[in-house]
Amino acid sequence: MADLTNEFVAKIREAAANKSPLIIEGSGSKRWYGNAVESQQTLSTTGHTGILDYDPAELVLTARAGTTIADLEKALAERGQMLPFEPPRYAIGSTLGGVIAAGLSGPARPYAGGVRDFVLGLHMIDGKGDVLKFGGQVMKNVAGYDVSRLMVGSLGVLGLITQVSLKVLPIPPAQSTLCFELSEAAAIHQVNAWSAKPLPITGSVWSQGILSVRLAGARAAVASAEDQLGGTKLPPEMAAKLWGDLQDQTHPFFDKAQGTAGGRQLWRLSLPAIAPAIDANVPGADMQLIEWGGAQRWLWSDAAPETIRKLARSMGGHAVQFNNQHAVGDVFDALPPGLLAIHQRLKNTFDPHGAFNPGRLYQGL
Amino acid sequence: MRAKQQRLVEALSSVLPSTNLLWQKEDTAPYECDGLAAYRTLPLAVALPENEAQVQAVLKLCNEFGVPVVPRGAGTGLSGGAMPIQEGIVLSTAKMNQILDIDPLSRRATLQPGVRNLAISDAAAPYGLYYAPDPSSQIACSIGGNVAENSGGVHCLKYGLTVNNVIQVRAVLMDGEVVEFGTEALDAPGLDLLAVMIGSEGMLAVVTEVLVRLVPKPPVARVIMASFDDMTKAGNAVADVIAAGLIPAGLEMMDKAATRAVEEFVHAGYDLDAEAILLCESDGTEEEVTEEIERMSAVLRQSGAIRIQVSQSEAERMVFWSGRKNAFPAAGRISPDYYCMDGTIPKKAIATLLSQIKEMEDRYGLRCMNVFHAGDGNMHPLILFDGSDEDQWHRAEDFGNEILEACVALGGTVTGEHGVGIEKINTMCVQFEEKERDAFFGVKAAFDPAKLLNPDKVIPTLHRCAEYGRMHVHRGQLPHADLPRF
Repeated sequence: MADLTNEFVAKIREAAANKSPLIIEGSGSKRWYGNAVESQQTLSTTGHTGILDYDPAELVLTARAGTTIADLEKALAERGQMLPFEPPRYAIGSTLGGVIAAGLSGPARPYAGGVRDFVLGLHMIDGKGDVLKFGGQVMKNVAGYDVSRLMVGSLGVLGLITQVSLKVLPIPPAQSTLCFELSEAAAIHQVNAWSAKPLPITGSVWSQGILSVRLAGARAAVASAEDQLGGTKLPPEMAAKLWGDLQDQTHPFFDKAQGTAGGRQLWRLSLPAIAPAIDANVPGADMQLIEWGGAQRWLWSDAAPETIRKLARSMGGHAVQFNNQHAVGDVFDALPPGLLAIHQRLKNTFDPHGAFNPGRLYQGL
Repeated sequence: MRAKQQRLVEALSSVLPSTNLLWQKEDTAPYECDGLAAYRTLPLAVALPENEAQVQAVLKLCNEFGVPVVPRGAGTGLSGGAMPIQEGIVLSTAKMNQILDIDPLSRRATLQPGVRNLAISDAAAPYGLYYAPDPSSQIACSIGGNVAENSGGVHCLKYGLTVNNVIQVRAVLMDGEVVEFGTEALDAPGLDLLAVMIGSEGMLAVVTEVLVRLVPKPPVARVIMASFDDMTKAGNAVADVIAAGLIPAGLEMMDKAATRAVEEFVHAGYDLDAEAILLCESDGTEEEVTEEIERMSAVLRQSGAIRIQVSQSEAERMVFWSGRKNAFPAAGRISPDYYCMDGTIPKKAIATLLSQIKEMEDRYGLRCMNVFHAGDGNMHPLILFDGSDEDQWHRAEDFGNEILEACVALGGTVTGEHGVGIEKINTMCVQFEEKERDAFFGVKAAFDPAKLLNPDKVIPTLHRCAEYGRMHVHRGQLPHADLPRF
């Protein structure tokens, strides 16, 4: 437990004065996410740790950014609570700050909400070295613009997150996973049709012809949903492994050696849940894993980036080259000019000297 | 008509049908305030565009003229966010009121900004779906205004606020450019500008289309009405329910003053001797609700509830809720005017704040009744006063500000769901330091560099805070020596 805020402020002021940008890093577990950055200097948050406030009756936990997700999950589990957005951990040391800055959420995303839905407030240091406090530790707060949520997924280009308050929730008393043999198109339709009913669905995945649906909630609700849906019930330990592997992307589908063979790369397509099955002629359509009731589709493909991006855009979503080691060009979809201008002005407001993560989100930011 | 107004009206006439432009005093008067009627200003004109192209044209024109624009939804806001600016116009989205699409399979509705909140749920009902955020004004307030205010309601704890239920917003920037915040998917490339847009109180862009998430309507809902003979016990009961791992669909509290006022109005059978009444709702399947109601009742009994009643029918559930939902009109019935506050505090501080408010009632010589969203600590003290008495209004204002400052001191915020608008702009000086306020100005300028969209709201200038600070110190030295005590 140490408060390194003053140390960070000094480093940031120095970097801003010398115009020598810093790479903000927690454990480095997601170094491969976003565009590769050129600067050499790293500012590590790993020493800035500690849970500062946690009262289960408030459903709020406040911790320093370098605290590991593992430590947070342990403290929460002791009181029967959890992080509802199920952040991917990738490595044992994965930090709270990194999870917020990357903004990635796990299987529960469409049902419980994503990282952004659970951030109540945060402290950050901007590019001038000022410590700023936004939001708070309460559930409802509309005082001023929602800068806390703006920081979620910002990949550190606006400032260094030093402290975060999260809404947390009780661990549901019962959980169950049901499996169904279904084609891609049928699975997408089925899981959406079920989601329109009052069923306690909290996760779904389709891979290799099998749709798996996770139910969680009150015992009675899970039991009656099991009766309604049918299917084959997965033994609890296998179910726990399945959802854990999806959350952390340790599922065999994400195996790099296998996936990148033949010059393929991993694409994340973020689409409206009911977007149709991807055309079989699209390279990689046969190497797919579908989560989030159809709203997140993973694809190992050797198609030209523009082909995949056009496909995602035509369906109302967007596409990300998930690992920058194999990326061709920018990893994210380009922004329309109007939105890019807003991004640039926000960058100038929070980081006028370009002290943080240059280019990690977009060139020039 | 003044020359400036004349030039502006002439120019606006070229882009709007004559029925969609108001400029004569008798026509613009209804727009001089929103739900916060104590603050009024007449605008130069009111534009009522029917489509996005007209919104673009109006904004482009005002941008050229350098005329400020105040966007307005249904005008039900409680913080003066839609109060006009004297040298500006009001842009009302009320005429853009079409539900463009309801897709039951993807559980989404595409809406024009003027669609009423309740109309969304009504239209979704045939599919067994509804739109979750339910502010008390839902019969009248519009989705565009909900986006501007990040509106909540009584079911936020379980179902979230507007920010958790809106997928995409289409809007027009002050220079007339159309932008889309978010995609039709669950996230978008780049920074989460959608999150900033929601709750931005009409200061960043004018909303022209909203894509919202619909959720399945739970087949069953039942509510527990629990009485407590002590406010602290009631406050602790709220914490005990949550600590037991229960997330009620609604968890609301009323103090004795509120209970008595509403009982006279709705005759719901509330326990008039109770110091506090707690309404605790469970929704879901029959089995789920039965299980939850049992667990909730046990916790409430353990926490010292002296009377517990569970609604036995949908009609009875509505009766139990009727008092809570009618707290504002009930206040209006027993007092010529009331001033509704909206601070949020950590749940553990509820009893502390209520005892502080009790003490303030004596000091300001005004009564206050308390209704609140206990589950998320969002307090709505209703200060009762007579607006025809100037002194009473000033005392009510000071009383309100002191409550909000107490909320900040207890680790909370000056507004949970009503917005800052013009009403709470001074207390923003207490909640935020100069550097955060500067960052807010920076965010504003990133979307609206000319600072013409609803300017001078929400973020106080350094000068204003200095003024407020001076008043503050003065008050600290001489606490209300001039106030009559009774």
